[in-house]
Parts: sequence; C-alpha cells; structure tokens
Amino acid sequence: MDLASLKYAKSHEWVAVDGEIATIGITDFAVKALTDLVYVDLPAVGGQLGVGDNCGEVESVKAVSDLYAPVSGEIVEVNEEISDNLDLLSDDAFGAGWILKIKMSSPGDLDNLLDRTTYEQICQNEDH
Amino acid sequence: MRNEQATQLLFDLSVPGRCGAEYPESDCPEFSSTACIPAEFLSDTPLPLPEVNEPDVIRHFTNLSTLNMSVDTHYYPLGSCTMKYNPKRHERLAAVPGLVDLHPWQAEESLQGMLQIQYEMQQMLGEIAGLPAVSLQPAAGAQGELAALLVASAYFQDKGEHRSKVIFPNSAHGTNPASAALAGFDCIQLGAGKNGFVDLDELKEHLDDQTAVFMITNPNTLGLFEPEIDEISKMLHDVGGLVYIDGANMNAILGIARPGDFGGDMMHYNVHKTFTGPHGAGGPGSGPIAVRDFLADYLPGPVVAHDEESGQYKLQTPPKSIGRVRSFFGNVGILLRGYFYLRTLGGDGLKELSEHAVLNANYLKEKLKHVLPVPNGERCMHEFVASAQHLQKELGVSAMDIAKRLLDYGFHAPTVYFPLVVPEAIMVEPTETESKATLDAFVETIEKIIAEDPELLHTAPHSTPVSRPDDVKAARNPILCWSPVCDV
Amino acid sequence: MLDTIGVDSIETLFDQIPESLQLKRPLDIPPKLSELELEQVARELAALNVGSSARPCFLGGGVYDHFIPSAVDAIAGRSEYYTAYTPYQAEASQGSLQTFFEFQTLVCQLTGMNVSNASLYEGGTAVSEAVFMAMRCTKRHGRDDELGSVHPEYRQVVETYLGRMDCELVIVPTPGGTVAPAAVEEAIDDKTACVVIQHPNFYGCLEEVEQISAMAHKHGALSIVSFDPISLGILKRPGDLGADIAVGEGQSLGTPMQYGGPFLGILACKQKFVRQMPGRLIGQTTDRNGKRCFVLNLQAREQHIRREKATSNICTNQGLIAIRATVFMSLLGPAGMRQVAELSCSKAHYAAQKLTEQDGIELAFDQPFFKEFTLQCRDGAEVIIERAKTAGFDIGPALRRVSNSESEDRLLVAVTECRSREEIDALANAIASCAVDTIGGEAAESQQEAAACGSSVGAPHDPALRSARSSTRKTT
Repeated sequence: MDLASLKYAKSHEWVAVDGEIATIGITDFAVKALTDLVYVDLPAVGGQLGVGDNCGEVESVKAVSDLYAPVSGEIVEVNEEISDNLDLLSDDAFGAGWILKIKMSSPGDLDNLLDRTTYEQICQNEDH
Repeated sequence: MRNEQATQLLFDLSVPGRCGAEYPESDCPEFSSTACIPAEFLSDTPLPLPEVNEPDVIRHFTNLSTLNMSVDTHYYPLGSCTMKYNPKRHERLAAVPGLVDLHPWQAEESLQGMLQIQYEMQQMLGEIAGLPAVSLQPAAGAQGELAALLVASAYFQDKGEHRSKVIFPNSAHGTNPASAALAGFDCIQLGAGKNGFVDLDELKEHLDDQTAVFMITNPNTLGLFEPEIDEISKMLHDVGGLVYIDGANMNAILGIARPGDFGGDMMHYNVHKTFTGPHGAGGPGSGPIAVRDFLADYLPGPVVAHDEESGQYKLQTPPKSIGRVRSFFGNVGILLRGYFYLRTLGGDGLKELSEHAVLNANYLKEKLKHVLPVPNGERCMHEFVASAQHLQKELGVSAMDIAKRLLDYGFHAPTVYFPLVVPEAIMVEPTETESKATLDAFVETIEKIIAEDPELLHTAPHSTPVSRPDDVKAARNPILCWSPVCDV
Repeated sequence: MLDTIGVDSIETLFDQIPESLQLKRPLDIPPKLSELELEQVARELAALNVGSSARPCFLGGGVYDHFIPSAVDAIAGRSEYYTAYTPYQAEASQGSLQTFFEFQTLVCQLTGMNVSNASLYEGGTAVSEAVFMAMRCTKRHGRDDELGSVHPEYRQVVETYLGRMDCELVIVPTPGGTVAPAAVEEAIDDKTACVVIQHPNFYGCLEEVEQISAMAHKHGALSIVSFDPISLGILKRPGDLGADIAVGEGQSLGTPMQYGGPFLGILACKQKFVRQMPGRLIGQTTDRNGKRCFVLNLQAREQHIRREKATSNICTNQGLIAIRATVFMSLLGPAGMRQVAELSCSKAHYAAQKLTEQDGIELAFDQPFFKEFTLQCRDGAEVIIERAKTAGFDIGPALRRVSNSESEDRLLVAVTECRSREEIDALANAIASCAVDTIGGEAAESQQEAAACGSSVGAPHDPALRSARSSTRKTT
C-alpha cells in the first residue's frame, strides 16, 4: 500500500478510495498507541454514516478508542476477519487490517482530510 | 510451604457425595416439594455445584486467603483508597445480637436503638461536611454521586429549569463522568490546568444556564487543596449551578475544613475509606450524601427523623424525594462501623487523625522526592503523586516496574497511572495509622529498587504466588467461568 | 518528622487551605470513647432493638432469616480477605481473584447462565443494572415492562435510576398474584427492551417464566428474571426458563439480615451479552511462567477506563459478601441447597395450612408458592402482626407497608428452615381472632423458650439445636 496515496483523519483513521467506495482503517500510529488490541466492535452493514459519526470501537486492555467516519455514506462491508484475528490490525494496519467500506454519498468529504505528511506531523506532536 | 493441593480450583476438589453442611429432617414431612409444587416448576436434576466437605472448604479458602496482601498483613499505601487500619472492635460490635439480626420489616418500635445510631450518624456526617441534610442510603461512593446528581436534577426541575451539563476536571475519578451519564446529563471534561488545578478561565467558558453541576474532588486527586475552590463555587452559583464535592479524600480535612464552608452544595462520603469499613477485597462500601438545606427535600429515602416530644426515632421519606436508590435502608453494617469509629475518635480525635495523615504524607514525600520527584505542589495533603518519568527515560524503568518490584519486598504497590495528568504516576497515600519506622523502611526499599538492575524490575515480581499475568490473553479470549474443558 | 519536612508545626502543613475556609472551632461531635466505653454504648443501643435471636422471625419481603454455617464467618473473618482492597495488583491478590472466579462459576451453576459478574450492590440495583444492560443489548431505549409482582422497592429503584431518561416503564398488572401471560402480550411491543419477572414473585407466588420469556423473545426484547437463590435448590433455574439476564438478592446465601445491608447483588447473563455487563469480571489467564492465574478482565467496560461511556458507574462492589456466598454455596453443594430449599418449602406449606385454619385468615392467591405466601386477613394485616408480636413472633410485612397501592388486609409470611413446627403452631394459635386472652400463658412460655434458644449470631433457632436442648432439659 502506498501510504502517500491515502487520506487521513486527525482521529487516526485512514481512507483508501476506489471509485465511490472508501475503505477505512486505523493507522499504525493509532495501533501502536493503543498497544495490545483485544477487541474490535464493528458497525452493522447497511448503516448510514455522516462525517464524524461513531462507527465502531477498538479496545486494548487498558484503553478504548472510538472510530469516527471520515466520510459520509452507507456501510457496505465490514472486515469480519479482524474480530477473530486482531493481529491483522497490528501486522498490516493498512492492508488486511482494514475495518469497513463506505459507499460515499459525498466524495467532497475527502477534501477535508489530511495528506500523509500533514498527518505525520500531527502524530509527531502528539508523541511529545 | 505453599499448599498447592488445597488451592486447586474448588471444582477440582469436588468428590461426589461430599457435603459441608448438615440439616435436620423436616418436622413437616407431609409437605414435600413434590406434593406442594406442580412438577412443571421443579427441577429434575440436582444443581451442578461442587461437592466438598467443611474441612476441605476451610483449608481451600484459608490457603487462598494467604495469597493476598492486606492491611492487616502489609503496608498498603494505595493512593486515593485510604487503606488505614480497621479497628477490630468494629467487627465484634457490628455482630452483636440486636444489631446483626434485625430484619428491615420489623416494627420501628423494635428498632429504636438502630434508628438512634443512624440518626446520630446523619448528624455527625452533616456536622463534618458543613452540609446539614444527610441520606445514608447510597451503597458506595459512586452511588452517592448518582443520587446527588438526581437530587440536583429534581431541584432544578422543581424550579422549572432543565439543565443538561455536568462539568468535571480531567483528573476526576472515572465514576464522576460515569455517574453523570447514568443520571442522563451531558459530560464536559476540562483540560489540564496549571499545577493540576482547575483553570478558571476554561471553566468559565462552559458556564451558562445549562450548567447543572460542577463535580470536583477536594483535596484533588493530586493530593492538593484547590486554592480557588471558593471562587469556583461563586462562579457556579452565579450561573445558578451547584457544586458537588467528591469526598474520596476527606481523610485530609476532618475537622479542619468543611465542604459546606468551602462552597460545596452536595458531597458523598466513602465511609469504608475514611471511617474504616474494611474493604473486603472490593466492597462493601457505603456512600452517604450530605447536602445543603434547600436540597434536603429531594434526598433519597428513607432517612431517620427524631420526634423530640415522644423521643421516638422513625423513618421518613423526604417530601420531594428522588425515590430509593436501593432496597432497604443502606449498607448498615458499614455505617455501624463508621459510627463506632466516629464515637471512638470523637471530634478532637478526627482532627488529629487528619493532621497525622497529612504529616505522614508530607514526611514521605520529602524523603522520597530525591528519587521520585513530585511535579505538582510544594506540600501535599494526605497523599501525593510522584512521577517515574525520568526513570523511564534514563533507565527504561516504569512506574509499573517499581510497583511490581515493591511486592517482592513485602509492600503493597501504590496506585500507578492515576491520575492521568501525571506521566508515569505513582500515587502514595500513607494514612495516619502507619509509623515513622514503616515509612522509613518504605523509602529505603524504593531507593534500593531504583538502584537495582532494570531487567530485574521488568520481570518483577519474583516472589509472589504468580508472576505478571497475561492480560492480553485474558481479554482476547475471556474465560470467566470454570468448565471441565477450560483448564490450562 | 517536622524537621525533615522543614516546618515548625503540623498547622503549617495546612497553610495550603485558605485561612478563611478553615474551620475555627472544634467539631460538634461527642468526645472520644475507650473500647470498653464504646462496647457499653453499643450494647446498650443494641438492647433497645429486638432481633431475630430474641423473636422468631417469619418476616420476608426480600430479606430472610436463613441459617448461616459457622465456616462462613470463619473465612469471611480472615484479615487477608476483609482488609484487602480491590484486586488491582493481581500478583498480590490471587486469593481474592480465585475466590471471585469461583463465585462467578458457582453463580453460573446456580442460575444456569453462562457468565456472572463479581457482584453488584443488592437485589434492587441489580434489576436496575439489568434493565440498562438490556437497553444497550437491544439498542432500545424507550420502553421497559415490569410485572406488578416484582418487589415494589426494586421497582422504585428502577424508577429512580430511569429518572431523567426518556423511557417508559410499563407495570403489567397482577391481580391474581401472578401475571396472566395475555397481559404481558398486550403490554409488550417491538420497542420494548425487556420484561422483568420476579420468580418467586413479591407475593411469594411462582410465575410462568418460560412462557413470558418466550413472549419477550418473540418481540426482540430480553427476559430479565429476578430469582431467590435458595429456591433454586428445587425450582428450575432462570437459564432453563429462557432468561437472558438473571439477577437476584444473594443475602440468603450466608449473610445476616443486619437491617438491610450490606447484601449481595447477583447478575448473570448469556455469553453473547458479556461486553454489556456492569461491574467487575474476573478472568482466568496464565502468568509469565505459564501458570494458571486470575485477573480483573474486560476492564475497558468499566468507569475507570471508559468513563461516561462505561456500562455502569459501579466501582466498589460487595466483595466480602460475595466471599460469604462463595463459602456458603461451597459448603452446601447440591445436596445442601436442595435440603434448605426442601425444608423451607415444607415448613412454609405447613404454615400456610395451619395459619389459614384460623377464622378470618385465608391465602390471598390460589397459586403455587415456595417459602413465602400472602395472607388475606379479615381483621387487617396490622392486627395480625400485633397478635403475633404479643406471642413473641415477628411476621410480615403488611403489603401496605411496602407499597401504598396494596390493600390493608394482606400480609406476607416467610418460613425458612430455621423455623420449627412448634413455632408455627404457636404462631397459628396466636393469630386466631380470639386467641389473645386465652393463650397468653402459652405464648409467654414460647417467647421465653425462643429467647433461650437463639442467642448466638448466625445460628438463630436451628431446629436441631432446639430439640437437642429440650431433650437435655428433660433428662436433667
């Protein structure tokens, strides 16, 4: 996965766009910050999301992190495999560890997201 | 010397046919369950409980108990938990006939001694709080919070106001936001203020006619008295809001400062902490609330009233009560212990208690700060929050490593990683019941630990019944109940 | 110590509290007492009360005078249990953690559910927590049904907890002492989050749990069953009757009545709802060396991590009472639980027959019951309570005392294994309408005998003990 081709949200979600379908996951930075993941709560397929809506939860032993929709639209698929194999998230956050796919209702949402460089700067600041 | 045989799981000790309790034959044998109850209600198989006899049970649980650290066996400086010595007299007195064997539906005339105790408890807690109206009903501090927030809600509603917001600092106990959400309020968390204190400018931004309650622990969770608490409460009152004092840290200020005098409108006590209900490996607690006069009518009930004329004590539900927050009167067994404690110490003794708690904490802080600096506050109240951040950076030694290694030396660990506003937090509350000798030994041990090979610390503890558990494995595939197939 | 700190007096340490906010007078609290004085004060106050050791107890309504084996006090009285804190440091708390894991397992075995938490406050808040849990599980927040036969105080707790929520609480009427399944069918719709059933119910009667649960499920609602743990020695378990969440008051499992608390809230559920559970959960895992050990598990549900999104605000629970229940259930096992249930059931049915032989007293409901039943009293419930008291017995409560909506002539009676046939006979004589004058002598004797038998804590009126004593008296 070419990380520079992805879009990012401040809340640490990444977005890969293929036509009108946006694939969404959480970044390696977020996975590392949460440490050992123990549970992912996936949203229901068919649900409608607005930008910033809660669309799941990622849980470690001592922390919980909400997932927020970076784009609006309908949930068309969720990655059931990660529920049984959380290592997919830590081993391949930008690939096999994807979380959900949204059929975008307003592709203009993408314009408000960050590019890789800007996102990395934000992460660096958070780290300090 | 450990008896591993006896500490197997209870279910592995089971032998068919054994039983640890014997009951007589029925003296009404003509009324068997099969004769009295239609078969459709009756179970046709016995309960799948383990079968063990009394000696097995005693040896099992006695051996298990020795795997614990406790206040009676070890120094237990667990910050924010007030792990002080629990006087033995309380246990005997709470168990005397006439107190332990009272049924809540007895007639009040046969409960006058109990009601008198609870009435006097209300009076004493009101006096210590400077908030005269008290309900003893809440079962624990968190339930006290919920009850008080519902009291506030009822009060506003009565005034025709519908306020939606509860505000709290980011150093608040997790119960504060959880209680506010359960009570149906929107939660607003303030950012980190200077030195761990509330930032008045930030607070001001959130204050308006939607503000219901500001919840604050004072002394706060850093062990510091909020210097501007008076101003904070004025700001709240100016917008018609109320101030809630989380009383978790009352051990610092008994007879010295009163929540009602520094601007609080409502508070809860943790009787099990401040007034020595034993902690029982997690509970029970007791979380009475004290409020200002104008909130008295909304308190959860029943409360005890005293009729001067007849001299009788009786139960009463306040006229606009929010209702019950639990069945029956309250966690009476813990309230009794609190009552005995207050009577043992008296007014002067309570003040002395807080003085010694604060003295011990400041002494320990002074002795420790060269190895474990305390980022906030020149002096502290009854506890302080040190930081292991420099050790983490220089040696890779974390607060958790130190906590775990302390167990090897026979000290219970302090609270670590709370409050979240201090990196690598180590929160120490010595309490007033520890001697200088114990505090000195604790300091020496910490110094020794920090000089040890970091690797020894990462893998600590080494001498406890088990080493560090695999939390991730536990959470990924939770085993919460024994079954014949879940053995490791 | 002051030198080390660098101050000249303890008062200086309190300089951080603004002068104007300090209390400038002594607290108005009575002066301190020595242990000897305190003991005298406590015993004087206790003497103003009349407990079940002095007056045989036929009181029910949610709290019961069951026998407590001495081993329960012996274990719960161990310092290592009762002066330990919540087991946050697992390595130094394996005793508590394993005991709570065993508690969770025993509760599952008792109820037929898959998973239990490590305790809630008491039976009423357990119902409340279950209702909130059901709303999360079903994602329905607008409507809950409760049967009118649920303990009124439990219903009041739910009402208080729902205080600011926009949620309708529907009480299904139970005029015949139990609910008519048709009435549930009528009250339930596709917005209902849960149906709360108490079984045996507040009146002592047995409910058609399986049928009502099935109705809840048909509408996508959960079935919450509030149970009496002792009854499960003989009755079918909530898990066998379709319950999704089983809750109960665990006081009967080895904890004295102590005027209403601390008691034990039990909450167990089906596996699939585990992440919505309130309260602490203990889990099994392994340590660094692969050795089995126990930890606080799934903590991310709880307030200290999830804060306003937590499944509950509960922090301190009822650990020590859970330990009592663990020891109690271990001692009794399947045979003991069955015996206690059988004894309570048989004595209660004998009592129901004897009491209703009296003129003007009959059963309020023609329904099966377990150890508690409701009487319809021509002369009014309070009159009967008075007559019983005169003869040295506590009976009740009058339903009206528990809830204003109940009629004045109904009275609960509970009978445990601790009551004897003789006591029941004496009670029956005492409450007969013309009995007060004629049996005065007999009643006084019974009271005296009762007082002589039950002075030790936790062993009120063990029938065996009682007959042993009377035989001793005969031989000497």
